[in-house]
Amino acid sequence: MFVFRKSFATLAAAASAVGLLGAVPAGAQTVSVVMHSDLKILDPIWTTAYIVRNHGYLVWDTLFAMDDKLEVKPQMVDKYDVSVDKLTYTFTLRDGLEWHDGKPVTAEDCIASIKRWGAKDSMGQLLLTRVAEFTKVNDKTFAMKLKEPYGLVLQSLGKPSSNVPFMMPARVAATDPNTQIKAEDVIGSGPFIFKRDEWKPGEKTVYVKNPKYKPRSEPVSGMAGGKVVKVDRIEWKVLGDHQTAVNALLNAEIDMIESPPHDLLPVLAKDKNVKLFNYNPLGLQYTFRFNVLHKPFDNPKIRQAVLYAFNQKDFLDATIGDPKWYKECKAMFVCGTPLETVKGWEDKLSSNFEKSKALLKEAGYDGTPVVLMQSTDLASLTNLAPVAKNLMEKGGFKVDMQAMDWQTLVSRRTKKDPPDKGGWNAFLTAWVAADILNPVMAGFFNAGCDKAMFGWPCDEQIQKLRDQYASETDPAKQKGFAEAVQVRVTEYPTHIHLGQWYQPFALRTSLDGAVQAPVPVFWNMTKK
Amino acid sequence: MLDFIVRRLIAIVPVLTVVAVFVFLMLRLTPGDPAAVIAGDNATSDQIDDIRAKLGLNEPLWTQFAIWISSILQGDFGESYFFKKTVAELIAQRVEPTLALATCTLIFAVSVSVPVGVLAAYRQGSMFDRVVMGFSVLGFSVPGFVIGYCLIYVFAIELGWLPVQGYTRIGVNFWGFLERMVLPSLTLSVGFIALISRITRASVLEVLNEDYIRTARAKGLSNRVVLMRHALRNAAVPILTVIGLGIAILIGGAVITESVFGLPGLGRLTVEAVLSRDFPTIQTVILMFSVVYVVINLLIDISYTLFDPRIRY
Repeated sequence: MFVFRKSFATLAAAASAVGLLGAVPAGAQTVSVVMHSDLKILDPIWTTAYIVRNHGYLVWDTLFAMDDKLEVKPQMVDKYDVSVDKLTYTFTLRDGLEWHDGKPVTAEDCIASIKRWGAKDSMGQLLLTRVAEFTKVNDKTFAMKLKEPYGLVLQSLGKPSSNVPFMMPARVAATDPNTQIKAEDVIGSGPFIFKRDEWKPGEKTVYVKNPKYKPRSEPVSGMAGGKVVKVDRIEWKVLGDHQTAVNALLNAEIDMIESPPHDLLPVLAKDKNVKLFNYNPLGLQYTFRFNVLHKPFDNPKIRQAVLYAFNQKDFLDATIGDPKWYKECKAMFVCGTPLETVKGWEDKLSSNFEKSKALLKEAGYDGTPVVLMQSTDLASLTNLAPVAKNLMEKGGFKVDMQAMDWQTLVSRRTKKDPPDKGGWNAFLTAWVAADILNPVMAGFFNAGCDKAMFGWPCDEQIQKLRDQYASETDPAKQKGFAEAVQVRVTEYPTHIHLGQWYQPFALRTSLDGAVQAPVPVFWNMTKK
Repeated sequence: MLDFIVRRLIAIVPVLTVVAVFVFLMLRLTPGDPAAVIAGDNATSDQIDDIRAKLGLNEPLWTQFAIWISSILQGDFGESYFFKKTVAELIAQRVEPTLALATCTLIFAVSVSVPVGVLAAYRQGSMFDRVVMGFSVLGFSVPGFVIGYCLIYVFAIELGWLPVQGYTRIGVNFWGFLERMVLPSLTLSVGFIALISRITRASVLEVLNEDYIRTARAKGLSNRVVLMRHALRNAAVPILTVIGLGIAILIGGAVITESVFGLPGLGRLTVEAVLSRDFPTIQTVILMFSVVYVVINLLIDISYTLFDPRIRY
């Protein structure tokens, strides 16, 4: 039996020796990874999909980046200067920055990239509304003049998650923001080079080390610091089936799984050649989203009843299971961050059904069923809706839970129609912590009516507080505004956080140096 | 014969028209919006609307259908909504693993099931016959993915003989190709073997009771000659028919098998396209599967003439 396997291996080795196995250089250190999804779209500004963001971090670089203390640090920028009136920011790029095609990175490239990103990203849009003009000072320096002081300039440019302000060559950044850049334009100045000729959607995506990349001298810290590449090649393999990916890892056919499902973690933990690594200590938050356009959730008091009916533990137990991988956390800006606070939520999320029923009575709830959309094809979300239904029913609601696949849900949640005409009342999702670190960044806090995200909350007070947060440059005062937003959301609920959970990498023990960061990154990684 | 082939080829046109209309309408009536999928989870309604307009999804249905059909008639299968690639390119990239899987499965299944079926018929009522019949019931009943996972557990995880997943192109490394084809082909073959061996047994049994078989035996011909030259040849037509019809099982099975073994073939492309509502890709792949099914069954019909001289078109 052993001989059979060995004979195949020998023949494969022989074939390799005569050059039949393709173009991977002998001895190249290749890290083979199964990511959470296939890479189909290449433009991280065109879409907010996380897989494209992760691809973006390999190919492109950012002016600023967030370190492990959530402080924004220069990345491509060597030094920056803020004028005394806080209206002019001047950025100077590091020496030796080069695009993958050999051309130097210039101030013009950065200005064009910020403009394209700012046309798509919500934080970018807010920033650009406050920018009076960009000026090129010289090839490496540019200035950004604001109309009024703005407290989120660096946080915007160092935003760790979608859409990330990646710097692209000016000719690429000139692409209409609503048009995807071409595959041949995937040219960055980042630590890896995208191998267009080896990109086979549905099969694999390949990146090779950028030999000309000049990492910063500081040690790696979160998304900031030196992005030192210690392997030659990264291969993202597509294995749609979780069990197959786990089997492949156990069989040493791949080196890493980015998002192994929680129910398979015990299988992986048992193997001595595999380790689990919590790469993102801030984790993710489960979230219940209200649609405020229709009955019964058009009444804030009825929404408040849900805050009392829910508790986080039931949701986390039903989806994550092992308490090692979750944490009850009422802080809307995530536990473990500078804006962490439970203010306003102290008496909520503890399944006080009597209080929920009393609020419903007070609000005159007439028994209109809540149309709750359940996504059934994503393991991490499937069990959330049944828990929500159960708790809401105990709290006095009538619930019509409708099962569908995630893509149908994603499409249906954009519809403003009444629930009985194809619309909806509520659904559940998960946010990566890096997307919800403050009230401006976190899209569900946007209560700008038609301009808000699906659910369309409409509250002047929240909007005013968010504006005040954005305009404030003093972090202590910013925290006060964030806290006020959180309290206001208990009065005018836009969404509910249902607990923090962690998604570890599963890696072969031969892989070392994985970085703790809000986004999976591949620099600093070594392979024995 | 030529007249028959031309008539059958012409008959493909209404079949494909029905398939095209059906697939187009089914996709549009199914909930799900490719623009929302493309835009990603954090996108705003405005961003999704922009993408929808860009993809032409706001046009009336009949306009979208007319554009699609006229493009196809010009040999343009459109561009995938997601990949910046034409659907033709995508299919070209993904066709080899599926073709390889189907070929290996067909070769393996036919070379096992036909002799087994003939032998079971010849030894009707014996232990061998009962085992074959038992196996065929099992082969029909157990889902392909269960068989796949069991084979992976035994041959890849426990014994370490074969890899769990992946595909090596035949032109790159022949042994690597074979190594990665064994388990998927075996998985997909099980149902096929069950079907063909059962039909072979039934057909051969029927023929074995014919007068000319008795005559052949009376003439002193050996069992092998009787079985192979007289019985099997005369039983071939229903067997070929089942193999032809089984292509549909093969296509459906490939979707599951490719997912379980991580083969980057058309089956997985179909699943991915359906999940992401990539309309141009789904439409073209299903049309292509329909053409393949019709053409293979035409070839099977033509091959009847080789086995049964009484059949003439």
